[in-house]
This record gives sequence, structure tokens and C-alpha cells, in this order.
Amino acid sequence: MNTILYIIQKEFKQIFRNKGMLPIIFILPLLQLVILSNAATFEIKNIKFSYIDNDNTSFSRALIDKFEASTYFNVVSSFSSEKMARSAMLKGEVDVILEIPPYFERDLLKDKKTNLSVIINAIDGAAAGVENVYINQIVQSFNKNAQAALMQPSDFINKPKTITGITSFWYNETLNYKTFMVPGILVLLVTMITLFLSGMNIVREKEIGTLEQMNVTPIRKHQFIIGKLFPFWIIGFGLLTIGLIISKVVFNTPIIGSLGLVYFYTAFYLLVILGMGLFISNFTDTQQQAMFIAWFFVVIFILMSGLFTPIESMPMWAQYLTEFNPIKYFVEVMRMVMLKGADFNDILPQFFKTLGFAILMNGLAVWSYKKTS
Amino acid sequence: MGNMKRFIGFIKKEFYHIFRDKRSLFILFGMPIAQIMLFGFAITNEINNVDIAILDHSKDATTQEIIHKIASSKYFSIRQLIKNESEIEAVFKKGKVKAILIFEKDFSKNLTKESNATIQIITDATDPNTANTISNYTNSILQKYQQEINKNVKSPYQIVPETRMVYNPELKSVFMFVPGVMTIILMLVSAMMTSISITREKELGTMEILLVSPLKPFQVIIGKVVPYIFLSIINAVVIVLLSIFIFKMPVQGSLFLLGIESVLFIITSLSLGILISTASATQQTAMMISLMGLMLPTILLSGFIFPISSMPLPLQVISNTIPAKWFIIILKGIMLKGVGLLFIWKETLILVAMTLFFIVLSIKKYKIRLE
Amino acid sequence: MKGESVIKVENLTKTFGDFTAVNAITFEVKAGEIFGFLGANGAGKTTAMKMLIGISTPTSGSAQVAGFDVFTNPENIKKNIGYMSQKFALYDDLTVKENITFFGGIYGLSRSKIKEKRSELVAELGLGDIINELVGSLPLGWKQKLSFSVALLHSPKIVFLDEPTGGVDPITRRQFWEMIYKTANNGTTVFVTTHYMDEAEYCDRVSIMVDGKIEALDTPKKLKKQFKAESMNDVFLKLARSPIDN
Repeated sequence: MNTILYIIQKEFKQIFRNKGMLPIIFILPLLQLVILSNAATFEIKNIKFSYIDNDNTSFSRALIDKFEASTYFNVVSSFSSEKMARSAMLKGEVDVILEIPPYFERDLLKDKKTNLSVIINAIDGAAAGVENVYINQIVQSFNKNAQAALMQPSDFINKPKTITGITSFWYNETLNYKTFMVPGILVLLVTMITLFLSGMNIVREKEIGTLEQMNVTPIRKHQFIIGKLFPFWIIGFGLLTIGLIISKVVFNTPIIGSLGLVYFYTAFYLLVILGMGLFISNFTDTQQQAMFIAWFFVVIFILMSGLFTPIESMPMWAQYLTEFNPIKYFVEVMRMVMLKGADFNDILPQFFKTLGFAILMNGLAVWSYKKTS
Repeated sequence: MGNMKRFIGFIKKEFYHIFRDKRSLFILFGMPIAQIMLFGFAITNEINNVDIAILDHSKDATTQEIIHKIASSKYFSIRQLIKNESEIEAVFKKGKVKAILIFEKDFSKNLTKESNATIQIITDATDPNTANTISNYTNSILQKYQQEINKNVKSPYQIVPETRMVYNPELKSVFMFVPGVMTIILMLVSAMMTSISITREKELGTMEILLVSPLKPFQVIIGKVVPYIFLSIINAVVIVLLSIFIFKMPVQGSLFLLGIESVLFIITSLSLGILISTASATQQTAMMISLMGLMLPTILLSGFIFPISSMPLPLQVISNTIPAKWFIIILKGIMLKGVGLLFIWKETLILVAMTLFFIVLSIKKYKIRLE
Repeated sequence: MKGESVIKVENLTKTFGDFTAVNAITFEVKAGEIFGFLGANGAGKTTAMKMLIGISTPTSGSAQVAGFDVFTNPENIKKNIGYMSQKFALYDDLTVKENITFFGGIYGLSRSKIKEKRSELVAELGLGDIINELVGSLPLGWKQKLSFSVALLHSPKIVFLDEPTGGVDPITRRQFWEMIYKTANNGTTVFVTTHYMDEAEYCDRVSIMVDGKIEALDTPKKLKKQFKAESMNDVFLKLARSPIDN
């Protein structure tokens, strides 16, 4: 027991003495949490809207005013021809082109039906879909007003049946994206720091030669591993704590569930990541190799965690792969507990899978650390 | 002349150095391929197969029909049926079900008698995007159904928008993500590799030996960087081939221009790597700066996943400093829109300027150190 | 005490693939001896030593160190030996005091014992001024002396020194050997590898390794007589050339 304490003490001293690394460990991630959380939004707004008005009546201008008034669209320009508008779209100056046909008003009155032409830049397919919905909503509401004004008594023979869908948004009524992203990005930062540090730790001692010195001491394998893990475990908790304070103070993220549960789960989650770091460290000869491997897994873990893009939309084989992604579970638990107030029973599946990974990873780390070659 | 020979000899040495380390080489080539395959197929910001639950107080022919319509759409899969409102909370807390549709009592009766019936759509809005999309999808399914049952009712004065989705008519999210993944991989691999390999020489003390050799300092740096330019170009070619043949990405514009722009971006990333190496004393610091400092900002602020135009203004300004942002615009322009240099000269010029800026700054920092 | 064997090695062999680094070496080291383990770079000295200190498992043969078998009981060997590696292996980013405390702790010394040992070292080596300096900032000679003292902290029965005087100046080398004598006088067996042949003269007995084999083993005096040489350096040169002559 005492031996472990000596190792822990030594590791802490080494970490806190490295003045170059301290800001990278503590300041950089938290700064990123504060800044980048604002960037992660799928909300579609400020859509660059342009129009070609071939009708030029007060009726067509009223339609454009509708777009002008919407919070989703920024009317950036009007063009006299589709060719010019398309060229602007190629340059990336506009996202949406609305073309109002000549005789727009006259046709509606005469034929009781008229068309509008809409061109959407669909490179971001999901955004294009949303933009299309917004455009339809605006046109429909414009249409309704027009109908009300134009309807003749003879038109009211049959009242159409309507089904009204009333949506309510639970847990996040204002659809605030930051509420969703901050807990997730916090998970990322905690994970990256602890994985990179633990992944470099042993291989660094290997490179500078002190590992051999440790191997000729009577120290036991588990003492060494625990002594090495513990400081990073604490750092992980430190980062989590400061991050939670930031999410409360800066972003006012709700914390509905029990913080104790968050910490309890994190305790096991960190073991998975640290075990993985040590395992990588044991298997590599240089810090460079260790970092390439850690980087490879981190990028995959991040993008397949459901943090930025939904897991349900992935193909089945990819969804099965995500089952082996510890970050996915942590992201889920943080969101469930903080935002929905889930209790221990609700996170049981995530907890047991994480526990399994913790045992597996640390088993591998202990097994792959060999005092004797 | 003799100096040139020495220089070429030095570059050769660097090449041997890299190609001898089989493990790192495997990582350098294997990883980008694995990543682009995985992400090209797996990541999408579309919303499909969302698990929902149904609470049907009415259980009549109309509700059955609507439930059937919803079940047969590709957006939703009905995971469970619940009996009363008190279960909602528990269902959401389990986390799988993202929305619950509640049909009011006497749904059919209300629809025929009052011509109006109501469905409540309760969404788990912890993920606002999914919640919003579910609401939109559900409403459009309901509207379609409404049109069907109102077939014989003619509603006059219709304004019908006809939408054309250009550049990506099938709304494939691969088109959005492949250019992004390619950018991230080139950026991180190039910047990380150069910064580490230069700091490594510093840490091992071999940098001083090189600097006192007859090679000029800039030759030393170029010599270290050339092999990585080579490696990154191979990576870029492989990624483009995969995009074309596996993901069916079109290259509407000139392949030649695509090549030139990619080399430009690789050089930008490498010069950023050089700059990082001037600022760090140990490999550990260099790695943490290139990983922690570059990874998240590049993923989040480049427009790779999240639309830049929706970000708060300060972040939109900051995003201009991310080289990846400009390269993604260039890639999408050439591959999807088929534009030529005429349309992307501004972005190209920005990348050139950034590259020069990184190089000048690095030279300055090296000079200070050497004096 | 003296005369009892603390290291017994018989036909000890280590191969890496096709390459035989250590080829069936056999020797014994007696308690309290200063045993010189000589050989050119790449002769297999370090590999042999790594087997004796329990961080490399031999391919075949047998060896007991401090009464324990290297195959079955390497962890018990580690409790009874000290080791100073070729590469300087204290932590550069810890102070002298912190290094002493850390290694004392690792070997299971009590806090009071560590304190006592530390004051002893401070007095002996004159560490008073530098006790709170980072080890990385010390000159190499100091580092080596410190490293040796740290290897002796837990009063091991045997101390293994791998090229302890590599790269230090002659005066420091002299001081270092004085420390080795003192250690041996206190009853600790010293097992030292070196390629400085003049240092071999200071040893009680030396073995000379050539290409993985022990080619000669005796007191320096007897070896010089046997090879009709003026100095250990001559002995070594004669031995090193002989395989080529064969």
C-alpha cells in the first residue's frame, strides 16, 4: 500500500512540475469547452436567401416580405435572371433561390393555381431538407392568408378534415443546442486528456530508460499500475468537476439527475480509458507510435459516439460497432442523468457494459506489462 | 553543387528513416483508409429509424391507419405501445425512445363530426435536432394523409413550390462528409507528423548536429518535410480514389485542379506542423498541441459537420482562421459544383497566405533560437 | 561470510532468434567480492546482467542470485539487489531529495529509515547544497554518484553496476571507485561491468567475455601471468584478437 503512495506522489510531482504541459492539460480543454460548445449546432438559421421576381407585383413582394420577416432566412440579394443566381450559388454566396414566375398573381386569380420555383444547394443534404421544410411552411402560411382573402362563398361547400399535430419538446423546451452539446463535449475533453496522458506515460519512461530501473525493484505489477493510473484518474475527476461548473455557470445547463451518479459512473469509465492508455503504452516503443494509435481510436470513438451525429441513422453494422465504443456510453449517461434525471436503474445497461470494458482493459494492461522480457 | 548533393542525400536518409519503421508506416497509410471507409459509410446527419412509442386512446380504424403509415415510413420504427401518460417519463429515461405519439380519445369520431382531430407529439428534446426533425416528419406524414382523405374536397388558390435540390439531388450525406473527413485526415496527419519528427530530433539532440552541418537550416527543415509531402500526397490520392469508386462522389470539376489544391493544403498543414515544432521542446508537448489544439477546432469550426452560418458571429469570425474551412469549400466546389479556379481563387489565395504566414513565423522563431 | 557464493551461474544462455547473445556461461561470485565483468561493446555483458537481475528470462542454463533462482523467483532476487543502469535512470524532473524518498519508498523502507539514510547520504556525499535541486540540472558525475547511492539505499546483498563510469572525468571515476571499495568493505558484493581496462585492476576477480562466451576468469594478477601481459589492457587485446586468429 505504502509503495503505491510513493508512486502516486512521484507521478503528481512530475505532472505538476511540467510547466509546458499544465496549460495543455487544464486550460486548453476548458477553453475549448467554453468556445466550441457554441459551434456545435445543427440549427439551421441565417440561410442565405435570394430571389428572382419576374412578377413584380405587390402580391409577389408580399411573399418576399414573408421571407424577409422569418428568422431563418437572410435575404441577401435579388437577381434578374436564373443564370446570375446560379453563378452566385456556385460562388457560395447564396443557399436558396426562389424564382417567382411572371404573371404569378394573375395566374393564381385566373387558374386558382400557380407554381413557384425553388432551388436549394443540397451539398449538406440534411440542411437542405430542413430548408425545404421552412420554405414550404412560409409559402403555406402565405397561401392560407391569400385563400382567406380570395375565397368566394361558393368555395365553402365542403369543409376539409384536418388533423392537427401538436408538438411539445420535453427536457429542452427552447431547443437549446448547447444544453445537448456541453455534456457531450465535456466527455470528449475528459477522455482525450486522460487517454493521451496515460498512453504516453509508460512508453515515455521506456524511452528515457527509467522503466528498466523500476523493473529491477521488487515492486509488484498491480502496485505499479495502480500507482500510475491513480493520478490521471484524479485529473479526470478534476477536469470533470471544473467542466461541470463551467456548464452550469456559463451555459446554465440543467443538472436534473444526481451528480453523485455522474461521478460514480465516471469512476468506472475513467478506468476503461486509463486501462486502454496503459495497454497502448505497453505495446509501443515510442511516444510517437503510442500517439498515432491513440489518435486513431479517438477519432473513431468521437465520430461514432452519437455525440455529433445520431447513431440510429447509421447502418446496422456500424451500430453494432458503436457497442464497443466506451465514449458512446459516457455521452449517453451524461445526457440521460444531467438532462433527464435518469437514475441508476435507467443507466444499468451502460454501467454494466462500462464495467465490463474496465475489467477487460485493465486486465489487458496488467497482462501486457511485463517486468521480465 | 556539392551542397545540392548533400541535400539530396539528406532527403534520402529521411525517406529510409520513415520507410524502415513498418509499424508507423502501417498506421500512416492504414488509418486514413480505415477512417474514410468507416465514416463514409457510417456517419450521417440524416435522421432515420428513430424509435418511437405510441399511446392510442382511441384504437379505431383511422388511428390504425395513421399508425400504419408512420410504421411504414423509413424515418420511424415503432418500438413499443404504451397504455397511459404516466409511463412517458420512464420510457424517455431509458433513452431509446425519442418521441411518443398520443392519439386523443374518439379520434375518428372527432374527425368526422368536428372535422378536426388532434395528435400530440411529445419529443425528447435533449437532442434538439432529432426532436425538431421528428416533429417535421410526423407533420408531413399527417399532411399527406389529410390530403388523401380530402381527395374529393377541392381547395382553390394553391401556390405550389417546386423544389430542385442541386449539386446533391439525392441528399446523400456522404457528399457532405467525405470532403470533411479527407480534410481532417490530411490536416492532422501532416501537421502531427512533421511537428513530432522535428521535435524528436530536438529532443534527441540530433538537431544540433544537423544545424552545424554544411546544410542550411531551411534545407534541414525542407529535407524533413519532403518525405511527408510525399506520404500525404499518396494518402490524398487514395482517399480521392475511394471517394470516387466506393462512395460514388462525382468530380465535376478538373481533376488536375483538385490535385494542385490538395498539394497546396498539404503544404499548409505541414507548415503549421513546422510552426508547432518551433513552439515545443518535447515530443509530448508537440503531440498534445497538434492533437488537443487542432483536432476539435478542425472538426467543429470547419463546417465539416456543423453549418458555419448558424454559429454565433464571433465563432464565424474565428472559423476563418481554420485552414480546413477553406479547403472544404474548395473540395466541395471542385467535386460537387464543378467550378474552376475562377470561383475559388479567393479560398486558394487565403490558403497560400496562411502557408506563407506559418513559414515566415517559423523562420523567425528558429532564428531567435539560433542566435 | 566471505567465501560463500552469492551468484552461481551454470551454462546460462540467451538467444534472440538465430543470434546467441550469451553462450553457456558459467561462473560464481563470492560474498563481499568486487567482481569485474569485462568485455567489448556487444560482447553480451548487459544481456547477461539483465538475466541476473531478473528482467530478462534466460533461454537455458541455471543461475541463482542471492539464493534465489532467476527462472522461478526473480521478484525475490530484486529485493536483495541494487542496480545502476548504463543509462542514467533517476528521474530528471524530481529533486535529489524526492528521488531518494521515492526509491526508498519503492523498496519498502519506512519513513524514518528513509530519513536516516538521506542524512547519511547528505553527510557522505556532501549533498547539503543540492538536496533540493532537480536531478536533471546536476553534472553527470554527481548524477552517477547519486545513482549509485540510491541503488544502495535498501542495503542490498549484491549491487550490480552497468558501466557506472561511462563518460565521467578521471577524478570522479576515482571517487567512484572509492565508493565501490567502501561498499565492498561493508560486506556488499559488487558486480560491475566496464570496458575501461584500468578499472579491471581494481577488481578482486574479473571475467572477460568475447562474443557471448567467458574466455577468461581469475584475479587480475593471475590473468596477467597466464597471458604474459603487462596490464589488463594487454590481456584483453590478446583475448579479443584470438577468435580472429583461430
